[in-house]
Amino acid sequence: MEPSKPKKREALSTDRRSLLKAAAASAAAAAAGLSVAQGAAKEAEKDWRWDKAVCRFCGTGCGVMVATKNDRIVAVKGDPLAPVNRGLNCIKGYFLAKIMYGKDRLTRPLLRVNKKGEFDKKGEFKPVSWKKAFEVMASQFKKAYGELGPTGIAFYGSGQYTIQEGFAASKLIKAGFRSNNIDPNARHCMASAVAGFIQTFGIDEPAGCYDDIELTDSFVLWGSNMAENHPVLWARVVDRKLSEPDRVKVVVLSTYQHMNADMADTAIVFRPHTDLAIQNYILREILYNHPEAIDRDFVDKYTAYATGYVDIGYGMRSDPNHPKYSDAERETMQKELAKTVSEAEAKALSFLGLKPGDKLEMKHRKAAGAHWQIGFEDLKKALEPYTLDFVAELAKGDPDEPLESFKKKLQELAQIFIEQGRKVVSFWTMGFNQHTRGTWVNEQVYAIHLLLGKHAKPGSGAFSLTGQPSACGTAREVGTFAHRLPADMVVANPKHREISEKLWRVPKGTINPKVGANFVQIMRDLEDGKIKWAWVHVNNPWQNTANAGHWIKAAREMDNFIVVSEVYPGISTKVADLILPTAMIYEKWGAYGNSERRTQHWRQQVTPPGMAMPDIWQYMEFAKFFKLNEVWKEHKLPDGTVLPDVLEEAKAMGYDPEQTLFDVLFNHPEMRKFAWPDPIGEGFQNTEAAGDGRPIQDAEGKPFKGYGYFVHKALWEEYRQFGLGTGHDLADFDTYHRVRGLRWPVVDGKETPWRFNAKYDPFARKANPGGEFAFYGKAKKKIPKGTLTGPEAGTSVDLTNRAKIFFRPYMDPPEMPDDKYPFWLVTGRVLEHWHSGTMTMRVPELYRAVPEALVYMNPADAKKVGVKDGQFVWVESRRGKVKARASTRGRNRPPKGLIFVPWFDERVLINKVTNDQRCPISKQTDYKKAAVKVYPA
Amino acid sequence: MAEVDETRRRMIFRTLQGVTLTAVGGAFWAGFVHENAQAELVLRPPGALPEDEFLATCIRCGLCVNDCPYDTLKLGAYGDNVPVGTPFFEPRKVPCYLCEDIPCAAACPTGALDLLSLTDEEGELDVSKSRMGVAVVDYNNCIASRGLRCDACVRACPYIGDAIFVDTRRNPRTGKHAMLVPVVDADYCTGCGLCEHACVTEEPTIIVLPREVALGKAGEHYDLPSPDFTPEVPENEI
Amino acid sequence: MRSKLRFVYAHYRFLILRRALQLGILLLFFGANAWGWNLLAGDLSSSRILGKVPLADPLAVLQLLLAGGVLAGEVLVGALLVLIAYALIGRAFCAWVCPVNLITDLAEWTRKLLGFREPPLMYLNRKLRYVVLAMVLVLSLALSLPVFEFVSPISAAARGVAFGMGMGWALLLAIFLFDLFVVRHGYCGHICPLGAFYSLISRFRRVRVRHVKDNCTLCGLCFNACPEPHVLSLVGKHDGTVNIPECTNCFRCVEVCDDDALFVSLSGGWSK
Repeated sequence: MEPSKPKKREALSTDRRSLLKAAAASAAAAAAGLSVAQGAAKEAEKDWRWDKAVCRFCGTGCGVMVATKNDRIVAVKGDPLAPVNRGLNCIKGYFLAKIMYGKDRLTRPLLRVNKKGEFDKKGEFKPVSWKKAFEVMASQFKKAYGELGPTGIAFYGSGQYTIQEGFAASKLIKAGFRSNNIDPNARHCMASAVAGFIQTFGIDEPAGCYDDIELTDSFVLWGSNMAENHPVLWARVVDRKLSEPDRVKVVVLSTYQHMNADMADTAIVFRPHTDLAIQNYILREILYNHPEAIDRDFVDKYTAYATGYVDIGYGMRSDPNHPKYSDAERETMQKELAKTVSEAEAKALSFLGLKPGDKLEMKHRKAAGAHWQIGFEDLKKALEPYTLDFVAELAKGDPDEPLESFKKKLQELAQIFIEQGRKVVSFWTMGFNQHTRGTWVNEQVYAIHLLLGKHAKPGSGAFSLTGQPSACGTAREVGTFAHRLPADMVVANPKHREISEKLWRVPKGTINPKVGANFVQIMRDLEDGKIKWAWVHVNNPWQNTANAGHWIKAAREMDNFIVVSEVYPGISTKVADLILPTAMIYEKWGAYGNSERRTQHWRQQVTPPGMAMPDIWQYMEFAKFFKLNEVWKEHKLPDGTVLPDVLEEAKAMGYDPEQTLFDVLFNHPEMRKFAWPDPIGEGFQNTEAAGDGRPIQDAEGKPFKGYGYFVHKALWEEYRQFGLGTGHDLADFDTYHRVRGLRWPVVDGKETPWRFNAKYDPFARKANPGGEFAFYGKAKKKIPKGTLTGPEAGTSVDLTNRAKIFFRPYMDPPEMPDDKYPFWLVTGRVLEHWHSGTMTMRVPELYRAVPEALVYMNPADAKKVGVKDGQFVWVESRRGKVKARASTRGRNRPPKGLIFVPWFDERVLINKVTNDQRCPISKQTDYKKAAVKVYPA
Repeated sequence: MAEVDETRRRMIFRTLQGVTLTAVGGAFWAGFVHENAQAELVLRPPGALPEDEFLATCIRCGLCVNDCPYDTLKLGAYGDNVPVGTPFFEPRKVPCYLCEDIPCAAACPTGALDLLSLTDEEGELDVSKSRMGVAVVDYNNCIASRGLRCDACVRACPYIGDAIFVDTRRNPRTGKHAMLVPVVDADYCTGCGLCEHACVTEEPTIIVLPREVALGKAGEHYDLPSPDFTPEVPENEI
Repeated sequence: MRSKLRFVYAHYRFLILRRALQLGILLLFFGANAWGWNLLAGDLSSSRILGKVPLADPLAVLQLLLAGGVLAGEVLVGALLVLIAYALIGRAFCAWVCPVNLITDLAEWTRKLLGFREPPLMYLNRKLRYVVLAMVLVLSLALSLPVFEFVSPISAAARGVAFGMGMGWALLLAIFLFDLFVVRHGYCGHICPLGAFYSLISRFRRVRVRHVKDNCTLCGLCFNACPEPHVLSLVGKHDGTVNIPECTNCFRCVEVCDDDALFVSLSGGWSK
């Protein structure tokens, strides 16, 4: 039986639909008019205070208006002046007013204690005072720090941090604790995009902006269900399509059929990981069959060809025989060191002379990102195998689709790019980024656009969409990553460290030059006892990290101390030792930066509930426990690196070794210059600056009356110094409170819609006077020359102002379905819920709309494994299993051999099943390709 | 003679008493039953016969309710405004999840839930043939028709694309955000109410009504073209 | 202790069994809906034993047929099984199965406890139930609806326990109060068309109460215990079986008789 009735779907003629639509249209048009008539303010709204803010959820960055009354948010609406969304929202935004008021909001610090009230790892959670919480936290920190040094502690950051929070965290851990063990959940989300940007352009974040949507002729969505995950942006895409239905084309590439694919002109269902091959097919089509389409002038002036190593592993543990892993797990893990070349790989890697069955040793795992310049003929030679026949056979994702139909779609896709005069925008999100070759696929899409000269131009460009509201603004721009400093600087670069030390007003040599532990590495280090203290902010690591079974055990069974600052209970608070109640979005001042480089600020609207306090306050209070002579002394790192004693230099700067990190990093006279009250904040409260009337005790047990200065403004103004003049220029604090966000670089108060394009970007004009373009990013511009097989020693080329056109081959993922685990498991999200569901699952309406995560599977597969729609199944991989209901019809319709499970539901902890395999360059996890079996529960 | 007359008089009187009582009682009874059977907004389980036949066929045993794995079905109790003892469901509380094996209809001992009507040509059960009701959108209050990106009802539908789909039209008020508005196709809608259940507004703006309540009927004096009808235009026509 | 048990056995054995059966059936119905038990699922209108053997209320089926319902074979078989069963054991449904009996017996017990001896508020003929039964059939045909099923307190009680009572408790309370204050044995003994229906088919029942006149001391305990005392017209007059159709085979008379004058006879055929 085929319950989804595809035959019917096809039978539905467009004529039939248009008839029905016409009937609905008049009704809805009447409704749209209605709200205008209702424009007059209702009686109840008279004493509401409206103020602008930003949506809490995705990377789209919709502006909202927030209404408060009696210190409570009573309503929100889309901000009519916000250019992104013009007064609209999706349903998550529709419920913004409710996310802060769930019944089980955390309002008191909770510590695991024994009967005597002392901290006990095996104890029960009991409410404690902030003072006690900080004291235990600090003493545990000092234990780990004393034993293991700066690498023994870690911060889990977030792409949902406000910009100031991320900056305060980064400053505290990098300049204060001299550790680089801070990594945001954005590592799971955007790291491959970042690596793609840095490798290709030498600078992070997109060239284009959302205006491309209205200006382009074609949309190619690569592994992005934008209709669900960037709902308002998708509305803009659809509007563009409707404005010129015959001209505008929408192509959606996905591994299963979903809402986005339903609304595409061409929906391509491909086999997981073969996006690499499809891109190479397009490149081959251009080079071999349509060389006239290459924008020679653009390519010659502004680009260079490059490639890198293929034997780089899969970002798994380098010790497949780790004692904490089972034999089944090791089957996959051993591919980290060597793999057998498959038929498809042999063809794809023929330029290396590999044959099927050959053993490919992963020799360049430590140099995964290394690359070198190659010539046009090299590129052409490398692309030779990617013929339509080869790629179609390899990439066709739906076994039921005729090969000819799939080939036709690939040709259509290539044609859209190639067609002269046709503008193209590529969008992608997790399909590309969560990929064991995530950096490669990012680079390849730029390669297509660059070859054709369809990049950094209004209406044309490859545009990486971010998932989180401030993955760009905070995680990336502030640089809350293990290797980064603000404004695209990195810890490994001595010049960058020096600039940062100066701006942070800390002694030279304070910042640790060694890249810290990234997100998954922190988990692994907890499991190995190399990190014994960790603090989580604004994310849910034990739900969002692949292979979660290991990490939950590590947190609970190893000797360590986990602090989780949270707003609602979840998996991470369950594994925590200390839970800190935290202020939410509109309970504090803040700023987010969205996908199109738009920075948007908001004011604190209401008082946090109970004893909940903002993250910044928590960092600042915690900093009070550390005297300079505890942290700025000499440290020996495990790899032998010595962090010098910088106390003398500190004294020379006027600091006293007995001062605390709070005094130096946060209570510095330079920062205190930003006074509170400030006209910008008139009529609004500021918990950090002046307290908020609640009897909150600070870390010393004294009533907290505020720090007496405008903390957020001080942090912002300090932060913005990092980027001024570098192409990361941001406006001053006050400006953002007068406008609806600005896209950086902001120069002379003007934003930059298209970067690298001299018409729009002052930095491009500066970098390449008289030229049309300049890919002026500074990173990775000096690389060796070489051939397809490797670099030539001693060579170096300067690619200043050039972007790179990478060749990257197709390779299999480390784990593929086999007889024992016959299904691909793909995970992702649904429109109704945000990430791990902590907020949206507490909105009754959203909960009712989608109360549980389902296992979406093909009806034929369901029949084969013996389940019906709605019945429970086990989804089991080599690592773990979860139980959930099967769904064989409706919103997501996978092809045979693939299942999709969203990850928002903590009761269906699908990350126990996924593998912590990663892109070796970006260290971002691939959540989209695990091999599983499915059987009735 | 007088005695006989008295007896007969009494007998006649008693008979009239009885007849009157019966008639009056019967009238009240019939009135109540008729009234109770008129609950027009009741949604029945999959395969239910047309309402009048259903009421004459359902024995009110609750076996369908017993076998419903989602606790969707309930039996009407006094005060529910449902013909007493008969199975019904309220989608806003619990919708029908359209089990593939249709256990409710399979459990029916009387045929009031007609499994045959839910069986396709090959003799396989096909729950998509259920016609429990039809979803109706209140476009005045639906947030999608004001431009918000919702379509929760569309994604909740097991027959997404057939029974309900997204109509896209330009939003003149913002100039760049299409409105994605749900449209129900009554010919495919099963009336399961998953859309009504999923609807995020305070009161649902998509609700399931019994088909006889929600759907109209064109006159038979005109042969209306079906929605699928496309006229054949001769090639040489201009 | 032993004598106490013996006393209970002698005087209450059938009562205990009846209550156990009545409550047990309700429990099974409830369990079937609440916990998915399979022993007996459904309600008194229709049910299934172990998911296989169908049972159905023959009067309900008759109403549906008169209403024009085209019924599936299963429910017809179920009705036939029940019809045959009660044809063999008489109107035992009312005493052994029907949950309303619990209510009306409670009313009777309360009546005795409080010593109500007042005459009824109104006089009702015990034949009224046959008029009601006739009305059920005529109205079902006329309205094309199973009319008794809309008002039946029996269904309301059994269904209410298994699937939720709603306002059904008011109907049951009304019957309790009616029996308590208005007419003794009012509902079951005068009005219930289902009791009337089963009475009609009980003529050839194989289980009857047998009376031995010689043992009878005319103490009157049996009359006092019987919900349909007119069926005991032979007591103290002659030997024989109770043949009047309204007897519910509750056997209260048998267990309250201290003189060995009343017995349960399984031998079948009636005698004078």
